[in-house]
Order: sequence, then C-alpha cells, then structure tokens
Amino acid sequence: MDELLKMLKENALEKAENLAKMLDMPVDEVRAKIREYEETGVIRGYHAIVDEDKLDLDRVTAVIEVKVTPERDGGFDRIAKRISKFESVKDMYLMSGTYDLLLFVAGPNLKEVASFVSEKLATIEGVTSTSTHFMLKTYKHHGLLMEAQDEYERLKVTP
Amino acid sequence: MSGSKSPRNLIARHLLDVPRSGIRDFFDIVSTMKDVISLSIGEPDFDAPWHIREASVFALEKGATSYTSNLGLLKLRQAISRYVNSNFGVRYDAEKEILVTVGVSEALDLAVRALINPGDEVLYHEPCYVSYAPVVAFAHGKPVPVATSMENEFKLTRELLEEKVTKKTRILMLNYPNNPTGAAMTSADLQEVAEFAVDHDLIVITDEIYAELTYGQKHASIISFPGMRERTIFLHGFSKAWAMTGFRAGYSCAPPELTEAMMKIHQYTMLCAPILSQEAAIEALEKADHDVVEMKSAYEKRRKFVHASFMDMGIDCPLPGGAFYVFPHVGELGLSSREFALKLLDEKKVAVVPGSAFGACGEGHVRCSYATGLEELKVAMSRIGDFVARLR
Repeated sequence: MDELLKMLKENALEKAENLAKMLDMPVDEVRAKIREYEETGVIRGYHAIVDEDKLDLDRVTAVIEVKVTPERDGGFDRIAKRISKFESVKDMYLMSGTYDLLLFVAGPNLKEVASFVSEKLATIEGVTSTSTHFMLKTYKHHGLLMEAQDEYERLKVTP
Repeated sequence: MSGSKSPRNLIARHLLDVPRSGIRDFFDIVSTMKDVISLSIGEPDFDAPWHIREASVFALEKGATSYTSNLGLLKLRQAISRYVNSNFGVRYDAEKEILVTVGVSEALDLAVRALINPGDEVLYHEPCYVSYAPVVAFAHGKPVPVATSMENEFKLTRELLEEKVTKKTRILMLNYPNNPTGAAMTSADLQEVAEFAVDHDLIVITDEIYAELTYGQKHASIISFPGMRERTIFLHGFSKAWAMTGFRAGYSCAPPELTEAMMKIHQYTMLCAPILSQEAAIEALEKADHDVVEMKSAYEKRRKFVHASFMDMGIDCPLPGGAFYVFPHVGELGLSSREFALKLLDEKKVAVVPGSAFGACGEGHVRCSYATGLEELKVAMSRIGDFVARLR
C-alpha cells in the first residue's frame, strides 16, 4: 500500500503539511493525491473510531453466520447484495468454511435484531440457516485496544 | 580503623579520572521537571512486539527459570548465526564464535577487557556513545578519540585515523549507524577504514546495534571486507530494531580464540544472559521481521519530519542515514550546547541532549531522538521553532 494511504489509515486528520514533510513531497502533491484517491473511490470515506462501550447507548451488535444456497448464475452475489442493502447490516463478508456470509448487524435492542433475523433475513429464498451471536464487550476495534492500559513509565533521558 | 579515609582514597585511581556521564547529569535535571516532552531518550518509544513478550511469558510458565550455557542457548546462537549470515553476509559458528551477552554494553566491555594490555591505545570516533572511552579506561587502556564533524557527515576517514594512530594502537572501535549523530557509513566509506585496520594490524570492535535502522541505503558492515573477519569483533543486539532495551539481550560474533577470551570474563562475572531474555530473542529473530520493518517505517517518516522541521527553522541539520537521532547544529545561536539544552528545557519544556555529552567535538550540536510519538514530536518541533526564533 502507498505510504500516504497507510498514514491516512492511521490518522485521517493528519495535516497535509505534516504528511508532506514525512513523505518528503510538496504539499500540493499530497493534496492532489488525496483528492485523486477520493475521486477514484480508493478512499471511500472517513470516520471516527468510537468506543461505544463508553457511551450509555441502547444499542446491540450481533454477528450472524448465514448459510446460503448458491445460484447457478452469480453464486452468492445476488442474495448477498440483497442482504447488504439493509441499513442495519454494517459489515458483511463472504467466507470460506462452514457458513457462507458473515454479517455484523446493529440494532437498538435484542428484540429488533431478532426480528430482523426471523422476519427479513431467514425468510429470503436461498437462505438455509442463520446463527446469531450477540457481542458483549469490545476489547479491540480497528486495531485499537479499547480499554486504556496504564503506560509503563520510561526514563526521561537515556544514553 | 583509621577513620580519616576520604572517599577519594577509597576508590581506584583510574576510575576517579573518568568523568561522570554528561547524560546522567542532564537526567538529574530533567527528572525533577513535570510535563516535559523528551527527545533525550536513546530507546524506541515502541513496546517490544507483543508476540516477543508473550514468548518470554510462555517460557516463564514452562519453568524457564534456570541458568543457560555460558555462551547462551544453542538455539539462540544458531538463530543468530543464520541471521548474521543472511543480513551481514558472514558466517559464524554457533558453537564457537557466538556469545550471548547482557546487551551490547556487556559485550563491548568484554571485548575491550579481553584485548587490552595496560597502556594500549584504542581509537574511537567522536561524537560517540557515552561508554566507549570509559570502558577502555576501566580496562587500563588509553582511549584516543578521533574527532568527526558535520563537514564530513560525521564519518570516519582514513585521513582522520592516520593522524591519531601510533605504535601503541591496538584497537579501533566503530559504531555506524551512529548514536548520537545518526551518521551511516557506505560500503565505499568503510573500504578505506578496513584497509587502514589491516595495514596497521588492528583489531576492530564494531557496534552495529542500529544496523537495521539504516535509511535509503543498505547497511554496510566492516566484517564483510577482505581480511576483516579474522580481526573483528562484531557486536549486535535486540534493543533498538526490536525495541527490547529492557531485555538486555546482545551478542558478539568473533573468531574462536577471541570469543573464548571474552567468554572467560563473561563466565566468571556474568555467568549467562537471563534465560527469559534469550527466549524472547529467539522469537525476535525467528518471527519479528515484519515488526522491524513496521517500526523502521515509522522512524523513517519521523526522521524526514524532524529534519524538514529543523531546515524550516534555518537550523543546519544533516539528514541522518541511520539510527533514530538527528544532530542539528545550534552553535550559531550564541549558546553552548549545554546552555541551549538547559534554556530550551526551562523555557519550552523540551528535553534534548547537549552534543558535548558525546565528546568535545559534539559541542555546538544537540541530539534529538525521534523515537518519540509523532504527536509529541509535532509539539516539540513547534516549541523548538518558537525558541529558536526568539534567540535570533
């Protein structure tokens, strides 16, 4: 991956001036390159990584394993696209192994998610089974540890 | 009891002649202050990669609480042998030519003590790591500094060495990439140093602790030059590139008779390096290439950032070829290195190390480590910028 992209993935708020210094590139070039990434869809968007456990939110997240009968034309794609359009489906992947699709579904409470599964998801033709797991606690999200750990204090001056 | 002995009389004379480290001096001042951003740290800001720490924890759980062979765990020495061969191009025998030590610091001490007869002269370049001259003095040798300068990018040249070599010179000590200047020597630079060592029949002790942190060029080691393997003690360790300073894990590679001589001292004074650190070191060599690359890539960006920031301030700052230090020249601002560092600390709460702590020719410079998080570096650079603007 391009160094600029790596740095933006780490901190999308980094100032173009600083990026330019670190990459030894003119600032204008950095700005142009970011714009190009945005326009070509390499960069799809920017968002904050929020520790939702810290907020008193009425919200649950379920991880749902879905088995699907693939179709002669297009395999899993048609059904997968259909499922992915539901707003409550936040992330979705086609998987190898004992099930086919993995969904991350968010909802205001357990009941809502359960009804999404039983009324929407399970009733889609081609979906043969679902297995729903509710998330209890987030330890790590987007590569970041969610629980603050005490920093081990280092010496201020060393040779 | 005589009751009248002053401490001066109690302590060995050759020790009294060795001055207190300028770094320790500075540490005492910094440690009394709060909210300081420190660029005075000679170690990575990263923690050792988790899988390396976990390997040590796993070993502890298994009951790895014993001594190891004096030379170190054979498995580790074999891993070192493979690593040095593939990265430095020289093969050392894991059974007879590799000694695992408590950091490179111990290895350096062993090497010097194993080689020096009282009065032997040891050439070393300045600015350099603070321990070089003292360990030679402790071994009753005579440290002979060779001053390098910004004009020659703090590299050693044959010309500089020829001025200082005498009939009593036995050893040449090298440390490139260099702490504190960040200078790195290319293959062409080292060629003439190697020839100098052969022509004067010197033993070379090369401390290559920063080898992996070489930027924009491949690290060159003196051990790969003709005639050098048999006269060189190669020192390396895990502190810097693997961010494992606290493990105190280093090693030496040298011909069997030199290794045996160092081993003699090591076995009676240290016995062996701690087993948990050795277990961690095995993991580091076998599974951490990716971590080293990632950390290096972070240093590389900060290096450019810090260098560009100093250039923006109009401060002369060579772009370092290695390690994680820049050594800008602040001499024309009308303050000594020490005054600059103290005033900066006092007014802006940024700690840098006076260049004079690394040898007289470091005067006029300060050492800034960029092994510090990027956010802190940004604040530090902007504060130094304000400070410099006010001095002008």
